[in-house]
Amino acid sequence: MTTIDERRSEAVFDDFKPAYNKAQALAEANRCLYCEDAPCIQACPTSINIPEFIRKIATENMRGSARTIFDSNILGMSCSRVCPVETLCVGDCVYNHLDAPPIQIGKLQRYSTDLAYDAGWSFYEPGEDTGKTVGLVGAGPASLACAHELRRLGHGCTVYEKRDVVGGLNTTGVAPYKMRADRSEEEVDWVLSIGGIEVRTGVQFGRDLGLAEMESMHDAVFFGAGLGADRMLDVPGGDGDAVQGAVHWIEQMKLGRVALGGVQRAVVVGGGNTAVDAVRELIGLGVPNVLMVYRGPEASMSGYQHEWVEAKKDGARGLWGAVPVAFEGDQPVTLRCQRLDGDKKPIAGAFTTVKADLVLLAIGQGKLGGLLEGLDGVTVQWGRLVVDADGFSGRKGLFAGGDAANGGKEVVNAAAEGKRAAQAIDRYLKGAK
Amino acid sequence: MADLTSNTGGIISPNPFWLASAPPANSGDQIMRAFDHGWGGAVWKTLGSPIQNVSSRFGATNYRGTAAIGFNNIELITDRPLEVNFREIAEVKKRYPKHAVIVSLMVETRDEWQDIIKRSIDAGADGLELNFGCPHGMCERGMGSAVGQEPSVNEKITSWAKEFSTVPVLVKLTPNVADILPHGMAAQAGGGDGVSLINTIKSIIGVDIDRMVLNPRVGGLSTNGGYCGAAVKPIALHMAASLARDPEFKLPISGIGGVTNWRDAVEFLLLGSSSVQVCTEVMLRGYRIVEDMIEGLNDYMDDKGMATMGDLVGRAIPSYSEWGNLDLNYETIAEIDSGTCIGCNKCMVACHDGAHQCIHPPTDGGHVPTIDLDECVGCNLCQIVCPVPDCITMVEVDNGFSRATWNDHINDGAALRPKKGAH
Repeated sequence: MTTIDERRSEAVFDDFKPAYNKAQALAEANRCLYCEDAPCIQACPTSINIPEFIRKIATENMRGSARTIFDSNILGMSCSRVCPVETLCVGDCVYNHLDAPPIQIGKLQRYSTDLAYDAGWSFYEPGEDTGKTVGLVGAGPASLACAHELRRLGHGCTVYEKRDVVGGLNTTGVAPYKMRADRSEEEVDWVLSIGGIEVRTGVQFGRDLGLAEMESMHDAVFFGAGLGADRMLDVPGGDGDAVQGAVHWIEQMKLGRVALGGVQRAVVVGGGNTAVDAVRELIGLGVPNVLMVYRGPEASMSGYQHEWVEAKKDGARGLWGAVPVAFEGDQPVTLRCQRLDGDKKPIAGAFTTVKADLVLLAIGQGKLGGLLEGLDGVTVQWGRLVVDADGFSGRKGLFAGGDAANGGKEVVNAAAEGKRAAQAIDRYLKGAK
Repeated sequence: MADLTSNTGGIISPNPFWLASAPPANSGDQIMRAFDHGWGGAVWKTLGSPIQNVSSRFGATNYRGTAAIGFNNIELITDRPLEVNFREIAEVKKRYPKHAVIVSLMVETRDEWQDIIKRSIDAGADGLELNFGCPHGMCERGMGSAVGQEPSVNEKITSWAKEFSTVPVLVKLTPNVADILPHGMAAQAGGGDGVSLINTIKSIIGVDIDRMVLNPRVGGLSTNGGYCGAAVKPIALHMAASLARDPEFKLPISGIGGVTNWRDAVEFLLLGSSSVQVCTEVMLRGYRIVEDMIEGLNDYMDDKGMATMGDLVGRAIPSYSEWGNLDLNYETIAEIDSGTCIGCNKCMVACHDGAHQCIHPPTDGGHVPTIDLDECVGCNLCQIVCPVPDCITMVEVDNGFSRATWNDHINDGAALRPKKGAH
């Protein structure tokens, strides 16, 4: 595994939500009401038994607490940091109905899982060898969760990853004030420590390896390749040096260094979570003026409100109802923006210009379903590989999960889908499907 | 993985966690759900001549925002027909043959004891528990604690039960006595196979200060109830350990009183209980609490290299001594970690007003109180009030004096170190 550059740009970020110490964790854990059939559990895509792991923190049954988390979600450590808990478990905590502060489930989960990592606890053994093997495309959260569960069920696993780093977006894409890349790599090591998961890096599906080859080598295939490259704007000047894809830029920032010397004004185009992350990252790296340009009104952006509120506290500003139609000049580049109404429809003759030294486009990523399109039994819809609730694609032995199948959701969704698919693969390999 | 199999006087259960005879063990449906959650045994809610209960029945004591650290009840024994209870006992034993079902009993006459014991055993009871403990209601009718407070009656009824029973007999003792030992010895003399303790403590849980009526209120009146819950654990530990450490007392113990989690359970086990019984925490949180108990106990035993319950039960008993055998020359002093101290000065006020006036205000504009080591008696109070984990530690001091107890001093003139803090 590669060692990530210690001098990389993301290294300057501290945790936005600092870790709990023991006194804080105990105080918060003892505040939990230990609800039965708890709304927080229902809000968690991996259904972690949250009241139970919190109770175990309170009783100082720390191994039990961590085990309770990992039993449901083997990526519980990264999820504790990167989950949008405000819209999931914490958002559904019953304390909200009391207008009292909800339990800080993410921070408690981080306390518990960090302790497990620090102590070197491992809880899982591989199942009895079945002699079957599964090939997994992509070494991101979906494939890791799938492979770990498959190992517990006794199946051999080979993960094919196009990069030379593993962990997928947890390593290359997560906002560094939530989790830095080295922590993601530690998680990968921890997950792989169950043994029997071979990871082949530098192997790109569709270029170095095809489905037919995988199907000939393995008894089943899990497609967890995530999403493709940033979408770019097909407008004049859209291919200029100052215009970059946000996901690409974030990866550079996390794994290497991004050059921001002389960048006084940055624009992020888009209104989703990648856009909000990029805004906060640019500000955190010292860019004085960061503007989000979004085609809809502020209230309709798809990025989480709680994240955008923090971005605004950091000094971010927004230009609403605007979409670039041309990038003119260079250093600075001038964005010529068409103004849009509340329904995102162009307002005739209304234009605004904005100057920027750097423009990041966070307007979505390409889908990889095309790599599988046309194969027997496979349905691809809007670039997504269509699967059933178990992650089954319709083609014998081909399963999928994570962004490649769900179109782009959270790490915790990928973890849930990967695990569920593993259980379906197990049933398939045992002849049930 | 440690083997948690528990044996209490011949009653075997897959783990030492039993439901106590109480509302959570009122019916077969409840007990089967509890077994599904992992409970190793259950003591069926006391059978006897079914009674009529009052409304309301429970009260709780709250402390600084924590609800129900103590709990009391004025509920009596089963109010369900005996034949229904026996039918359900049989059903539970049929479906859960490896779990322990102990039937708690409370009747009056020798004939009644004979009859109810036979029916219990016919239904499949793995053991019996004689309820000599309830301190409210039933004792007014000459049962419950009225029996437990009279060693001769305790011994006689225990001997009847042993005469009629083919399964182990546990005697459940009341804590409403000055000294538990004669009562444990009475159970032993009567032939009992074990004791379980404590039953609830006679209590008034509180007063409705607007109505000026005791709680729990039954119309305009109330009565004393039985106190239990987390707050009673120290009393229960003392009573259980008092029996466990007595060389003449040989019976196994099922410990009861304030067990809320695995740590509490380990304490009872270390002090000689072979199993523990839980009621209040289940009433407050549900059967599911047993998961943490099993897991916590198992991990604890693994950490300590203990393979079976025999490695654990009673391990702390040798440390329970008379005061006269404590080393008067052993010395500790408090030490504050300035790195973690938050400057709340709780230790200072506690020491000044409640102990020995040896913690003083911070000096040099800092926020960390200072300890006068020449005056610190090592009482622990500052450590107890400190809100920061591990900030105040009690550090052993080598004062040059060799071990000397009060008994050594009186009998052999052993030298004692100079007193601290005694001005």
